Amino acid sequence: MDQLFLQLVNGLAVGGIYALVALGYTMVYGVLKLINFAHGDLFTIGAYLGLTLFVGMGLAGTLTVFPAVLSVAVMVMGLTALLGGVLERVAYRPLRKAGRLSAVVSALGASIFFQNAVMLVWGANYEVYPEVMRPSTVIFLFGTGVPLIRLLIIGVSLMLMLSLYGFIHHTRTGTAVRAAAIDQGAAALMGINVNRIITLVFLIGPGLGGVAGVMVGLSYGQIDFSMGFSYGLKAFTAAVLGGIGNIPGAMLGGMLLGLIETLGSAYLTIAWKDAISFLVLILILIIRPTGILGERTAEKL
Amino acid sequence: MLKRSGTTSGTILQRVKFPALVALTALAAGLPLTLNPYWTAVFVSIGLGALLSLSLNVILGRAGIFNMGHAAFYAVGAYVTAILNTRFQVPVLWLLPVAGAASGLCALLVARPIIHLRGDYLLIVTVGIVEIVRIALINDVGGLTGGANGIFGIARPEIFGIRIRRDIQFYYLVWGAVALTVALFSRLDRSRVGRALSCIKEDDTAAEGCGIDVARYKLLAFGLGAFWAGMAGALFAAKMTIISPGSFTFWDSVLLFAAVTLGGGSQTGAVLGAFLVFGLPEIFRDFASARMLVFGLALMAMMVVRPQGLLPPALRRYDTRFITRGERAAGDGE
Amino acid sequence: MKPLLRLTNVTKRFGGLIAVNEVSFSADEGGITGIIGPNGAGKTTLFNLLTGNYAPDGGDILFRDVSLVGRKPHEIVALGVARTFQSIRLFSSMSVLENALAGRHCRMRAGLLSSMFGSAAQRREERAAVERAVRELEFTGLAEFLNDKAGSLSYGNRRLLEIARALASDPILIALDEPAGSMNQPETEVLVRLIRAVRDRGISVMLIEHDMGLVMQVCEKLIVLEYGIKIAEGSPAEIRGNPRVIEAYLGQD
Repeated sequence: MDQLFLQLVNGLAVGGIYALVALGYTMVYGVLKLINFAHGDLFTIGAYLGLTLFVGMGLAGTLTVFPAVLSVAVMVMGLTALLGGVLERVAYRPLRKAGRLSAVVSALGASIFFQNAVMLVWGANYEVYPEVMRPSTVIFLFGTGVPLIRLLIIGVSLMLMLSLYGFIHHTRTGTAVRAAAIDQGAAALMGINVNRIITLVFLIGPGLGGVAGVMVGLSYGQIDFSMGFSYGLKAFTAAVLGGIGNIPGAMLGGMLLGLIETLGSAYLTIAWKDAISFLVLILILIIRPTGILGERTAEKL
Repeated sequence: MLKRSGTTSGTILQRVKFPALVALTALAAGLPLTLNPYWTAVFVSIGLGALLSLSLNVILGRAGIFNMGHAAFYAVGAYVTAILNTRFQVPVLWLLPVAGAASGLCALLVARPIIHLRGDYLLIVTVGIVEIVRIALINDVGGLTGGANGIFGIARPEIFGIRIRRDIQFYYLVWGAVALTVALFSRLDRSRVGRALSCIKEDDTAAEGCGIDVARYKLLAFGLGAFWAGMAGALFAAKMTIISPGSFTFWDSVLLFAAVTLGGGSQTGAVLGAFLVFGLPEIFRDFASARMLVFGLALMAMMVVRPQGLLPPALRRYDTRFITRGERAAGDGE
Repeated sequence: MKPLLRLTNVTKRFGGLIAVNEVSFSADEGGITGIIGPNGAGKTTLFNLLTGNYAPDGGDILFRDVSLVGRKPHEIVALGVARTFQSIRLFSSMSVLENALAGRHCRMRAGLLSSMFGSAAQRREERAAVERAVRELEFTGLAEFLNDKAGSLSYGNRRLLEIARALASDPILIALDEPAGSMNQPETEVLVRLIRAVRDRGISVMLIEHDMGLVMQVCEKLIVLEYGIKIAEGSPAEIRGNPRVIEAYLGQD
């Protein structure tokens, strides 16, 4: 029972990270119908930038833990957001009128580029987040010792998701994002600057992804240049699971995938851990081809 | 009247094409004699890449099905060959059709429930399939696949008593297979089946509306592409003599996907795409560890400059000279 | 004349909206039947039910005593019902001739192996198909464009090419969804003659059209829909004098 509770917490923490990364995929997909394959690598870059800021700039020593983590997270968010914006300008905007395939391959090229750039800048070996930044406090909940950091991750990711949800559903700009996702042409006719919306989406998504990268560093300690691949793939799977293009769907899909994977590898088989999420995805898509919350749109003939 | 001369331009094209084809064949045949062993080996792997690229081209380039898990089918062919050869000593070349059939059959089984999914959903599912296959291979399913180490000791192929061992021999074997594939697939392109795939790629609702069984032809494309990938896998196993799960990853599928897209959908395009994707990193070797960085940039740049791919299929022309013409259209005035 | 097509109580719902509501009528073999009605009356939905693109929620559609309900679109084409699309759905990167050849697909047999290896039967069949496709292009007046890209045709000619593609499938019934859409007056006149020539080949025609002039000129029988319900049925003369129909059309503006 204690074990189950701990696994649930672990699952939700991983799920929160998947969900944050999945949001980046799903928002870009919603507006551009593009799979931003480089998104996972922006997440990696976030993790490394976080590390550099902690260690290189001496933040680890000068400030107390909480303000240090907060300021690093905010800086990383800004930097990865900027990188996302640049990526859109360089690799995707010129292809907006071209076919879907060319944008997919350009995205793959960007992913290869970023992954190798990280390897060249920070090295091919894994790096470790400073121990001081990683509170080892354990909190006792229902008689089970739960690492505080996992709870913080769940809390922060939920908070970020709720703020995004609020922004998308209760502000004018958020409404414009939703409008552009439904019909870019109509949105433009209504006076919405679609280019600005696309840029915005490419700022928010990578920003959240970058923070998720820092969270992985803080929670698991270890990061490497290729981690964006598996996290990115899982997060994208989560987005499709929830119904791609759908923001609450990405949150739900991420949490669900985190739980399924953690519980599956704890109670079923660890060797097949990475296969479980894909099996679930395939099963769900066979039953519901548009994902859990995705809407079926009747094609106009 | 002017337009009708279009039918003769087809024959002019053929007149130019034939000598070009002869020259190309002579060049390809003579090339390995001038190469050092390193580059011969590179050309063999480009040739294997071209076979795979051609096989994916049937699925992605011709039928427009987003398959980003092609390495899974390649893996099935390679492993079937490796297992049957090392355990039962079946000669590798006999195993070509067996490997193809096994992989084609797997593709049909797997694709059947998911073939109706929309483009990007299908893409992520195929990515899932290639990951599941890789993990299954690592976990040594049924004690047959040798786990993470894979299978070693696969025999070399033998043709007419000649054991194919050196790279230069593999060069001829592999590029011969490429030439045969291009010939067969080009014929397919210009047939009822090839047209049906083109229609599906362009607009599957319209294709269904003019009598094409879309689901059936999508499955057909999947099966054929996987069959060919399976045979390429068998050749790969014979060339390497050792295979392991590391050769059949998501990234291998991505490279094939990029090769086909860069090519633009035609058969020659698929071969050219293989040259770019499997050959460029070799040329960039001077950049040492930055070569994949440069490759990523090149991939982006090529797509931005030529989004339709380098060699998209040309408009197919048909010989209509045998038809006597000149009847008046029904809508012409009285 | 015996009815070629018989619809009984055909119904289609989209969520709360009843797009087609208990519609029944029949169309004669060898006739030209028009379906008219204001925008949103359910005409195209009715077509999509006929061609298998949508499945009806109720009722039956009999074509020469064979039910079309539950069949896929390509099966219905093979049974002899060919269609054109309101929004023009050609294979625009393929040639004009290939578009017509695509229509011939369901009457051809060549499979994967005979296509790849080019058997004698396959080559014969291919040759015959090319000839038939050229004939249909001549019939629709597009022969001079046969090696052009379909996407390069004028709008009027694209509509004609859709008709040629449908005719290449040897239809018994051809369903035209707004064939005169985006056509100018001379083009429409060519279309009228073409529709009559199609009928003269023994092919039954069913069409949806907004151009009342065209409808009254070519159709022998009209079905009028409003809000998914059939409000009238009869000859053009009868429909012209029908008060319900006049109200539906005038009430709309």
